[in-house]
Amino acid sequence: MTVTLFIPCFVDLLYPQVGISMVRILEKLGHKVDFPEQLTCCGQPAFNSGCWDEARGLAEPVLTRLRNADVVVIASGSCGAMLKVFYPQLFAGTHHESAAKALSAKCYEFSDFLVTKLGVTDVGASFPAKVTYHDGCHGLRELHIKDAPRALLSRVRGLELVEMQEEVCCGFGGTFAVKFPMISTAMGEVKCSQALATGAEYIVSSDSSCLMHVQGLIDRQGLKLKTIHLAEVLAS
Amino acid sequence: MSAPVQQFKSQADVVSRDLRHREFIQTALNNYAVVRDKNRNAFRNYPAARQAAAETKWEAIHHLDRHLEQLATRLEARGTHVHWASTGEQARDIILDIIRRKNARSIIKSKAMTSEEIHLNEALEREGFEVVESDLGEFIVQLRKETPYHIVFPAMHLRRGEIRDLFNRELNSGSTEDPEELTMVARRVLRQKYIQADIGFTGANFAIAETGMISITENEGNARLTAALPKTMVTLLGIEKVLPRLEDLALFLPLLATSGTGQPLTCYNTLYGGPRRPAEPDGPEEYHVVLLDNRRTQILADPEQRDALHCIRCGACLNVCPIFRNVGGHTYGTTYSGPIGSVITPHLRGLQEWKHLSYSSSLCGACTETCPVKIDLAHHLLQNRRNATQQKPSWPWKIGFKLMNFVFKRPALYWFVPKLGRIGQALHPIVKGTRLDPAYAWTRSRETPRIARQTFREWWRGRG
Amino acid sequence: MSAKDDILARVREALRVPAPRPGDHGDGATAHADTPPSHKAREYLPPAAESFDEQVAQFSANATALRAGFHVCNGQDELLRRLTELRDAESWKRVASHASSLTDAACAALRLPVLKTDAGYDVHALETCDVGITGCDALVAQTGSVLVTTRSAGGRALSILPPHHVVLARKDQLVRDLPAAFELLKRNYGSDYPSMISFITGPSRTGDIERILVLGAHGPKRLTIFLV
Repeated sequence: MTVTLFIPCFVDLLYPQVGISMVRILEKLGHKVDFPEQLTCCGQPAFNSGCWDEARGLAEPVLTRLRNADVVVIASGSCGAMLKVFYPQLFAGTHHESAAKALSAKCYEFSDFLVTKLGVTDVGASFPAKVTYHDGCHGLRELHIKDAPRALLSRVRGLELVEMQEEVCCGFGGTFAVKFPMISTAMGEVKCSQALATGAEYIVSSDSSCLMHVQGLIDRQGLKLKTIHLAEVLAS
Repeated sequence: MSAPVQQFKSQADVVSRDLRHREFIQTALNNYAVVRDKNRNAFRNYPAARQAAAETKWEAIHHLDRHLEQLATRLEARGTHVHWASTGEQARDIILDIIRRKNARSIIKSKAMTSEEIHLNEALEREGFEVVESDLGEFIVQLRKETPYHIVFPAMHLRRGEIRDLFNRELNSGSTEDPEELTMVARRVLRQKYIQADIGFTGANFAIAETGMISITENEGNARLTAALPKTMVTLLGIEKVLPRLEDLALFLPLLATSGTGQPLTCYNTLYGGPRRPAEPDGPEEYHVVLLDNRRTQILADPEQRDALHCIRCGACLNVCPIFRNVGGHTYGTTYSGPIGSVITPHLRGLQEWKHLSYSSSLCGACTETCPVKIDLAHHLLQNRRNATQQKPSWPWKIGFKLMNFVFKRPALYWFVPKLGRIGQALHPIVKGTRLDPAYAWTRSRETPRIARQTFREWWRGRG
Repeated sequence: MSAKDDILARVREALRVPAPRPGDHGDGATAHADTPPSHKAREYLPPAAESFDEQVAQFSANATALRAGFHVCNGQDELLRRLTELRDAESWKRVASHASSLTDAACAALRLPVLKTDAGYDVHALETCDVGITGCDALVAQTGSVLVTTRSAGGRALSILPPHHVVLARKDQLVRDLPAAFELLKRNYGSDYPSMISFITGPSRTGDIERILVLGAHGPKRLTIFLV
């Protein structure tokens, strides 16, 4: 099938390897990947800041461009939640409402797509390391994805998965991280200390935005931890 | 910036860096989470129980007018005086009037967040009445002249040493810091207060429309004593506390206990319908119930957030909230803290002045996930942000997003973004970490990610 | 207009626009039908035992977990023997109680000064009693709760003021769960409810100091239940 890949702005600019890994995995599984180059951002920063008009401004081209896609795979749980859960709210009562609902129905976060839609858990990856998995909150609580990434990790050769004490937010939260930097930092420290307590070498996640925040703290504080996106692990 | 947001930000900065506070609160709440989960798992079907609770509260609120009239009629039929207060001021006046008419001097209180909401203690003390909080946690924070830290655990921020010093200073209790001995000190002091008090004042957890009863949940027995010994009893409750039927409590009592304290059922779950009846040996001669609106009808008028009135004040959303856990209860500066406080305070006290609480959230959704009556808390924070911006745009952000839209919607302009980004990043070290750093809010505590040498788009085009 | 009219008018105005029924937050629960959700409570509440013996065992396990004492007595003789043992172990000097067949026999057997609350009492005298002995309306197996009312337990204070609360229950008073307890209240009292109804689930407790459990915060430190 033809998979339309939605690459959020920060993956494009900061973490291209995440998108590249996804393309390689999908192609390896025999699918054709389509990347709509003109789509850059889902509009979540404006949406979360209360600027719904501006969010709609960025979201409308997304609705239009993805209208004819068979399935849309989003390279982030958070942006995935934006398309799948929040677009229908954003466009409720507008003439785009039905388009938003139609798009929502065919959107998948990457790990969810592999496991739920394709029924694939083993992509032939090998990653000999002890890792812990961080659930991005939007993926976990808006998209209700918890088992899919773990099922994928369980089939990676050499990989040992250890769980953290609880599913707690890393403290990123988009503009929250700069509007309330010290609260955000404290939350990130709690996350890092829980990850350190597992003895894992890597924090794996399906959200590069969470990892950007956590890695920023790790680098500043010189912690013995590394971050890596799930897709990069699966492409190894 | 207005005062509440400044106060919030500066206090949050201090408390969130206080590692002792962080560790102390996390430990207490982790212990709570263990027993909460154990008791949720004891339900035959917890998701169904939650759904039933949400449906029941929906029904209660959907016919709130009918349920309130029924409640009042049934209470009055048994000789209870029912009062209606549109505002906190009206409620204070009603209560003061009762106290004056009874020539009362002293009031013993059991826990009531509604009384915090209308600043009742201050009003009563100003008029020269003695007011004593009887819940141990409330008693402690009253002695410290503080507000409750948490709606269910008012003194959870204090260590035993601090309570020892407080009790020794205020009650001459000596050097003991054993929790049991400290509790017994409070028990002895308060025993006399119950016996002497002219008025027993309580809050309420539920009000049963069908039978005209007020339901009070507690562990210590202080509300039971407050309702047993004084000659006059007064209960203050928000109009949203109503439940349609008596048997609804078979669900709500265990649900509240499980979410509130992690117990299967709290120690005393008591229903009061009226004053002492002729054949009964004791109890108050007069019973007054004050129904408080205080802008709850504002929340009711917003169908999108009406479910915030389903709240049973269990505190579960506070307990899981990473913001609450890091900034602590006092930082909010509100009666109701945590996610539910951030949702309803803008309705109760003004959107513009309190919108910062809705912005101070990573939107992680742990609150929505844990809420036993399924209030859509995290999404309500988003709606508050939207409403605040619609009412009064924040121009720097709005212009920023408009500019971003202008660039991000035009591939020819977006092409420059990584190029400019790389130049900016090369120059960044000059100001990095200083106040001139435009990214200071980030770089103060975190390293910045690097713009990739080749973006995804550049890679994609390169494949041909 | 009165404040009552004001509030009800605001409520009615607000309710002109209905709110959507509570949705599903993705946990698999679906909306209930038109019967009140609480009428299906047994489908989701914690399970309750079916047979009498199982209910006794469940109540006993709950009472132990709650740190309440629970004893099944085969007949009145055993009850009186156990009560006198308790009297001696705790050196009771004054007993408070109320009139009923079970409590009257118990008080007589204890051979101590008894304060009966039925016709009114002096609160200071009640405060000096070592134990309050009451009947009850029901014991709830599912939760380990004792259901008391002003009528079955000698008023409001007797079951809360003395440091030890002793409950005497008949075997036919054991009910299965909370829904059954509320049915019983409706059946027994109908429209003429006592002014106070209380579910007592374990002795008084607090965790307000460092979340450490302390018994006997304001109410009884000890709760002992005899099933006769």
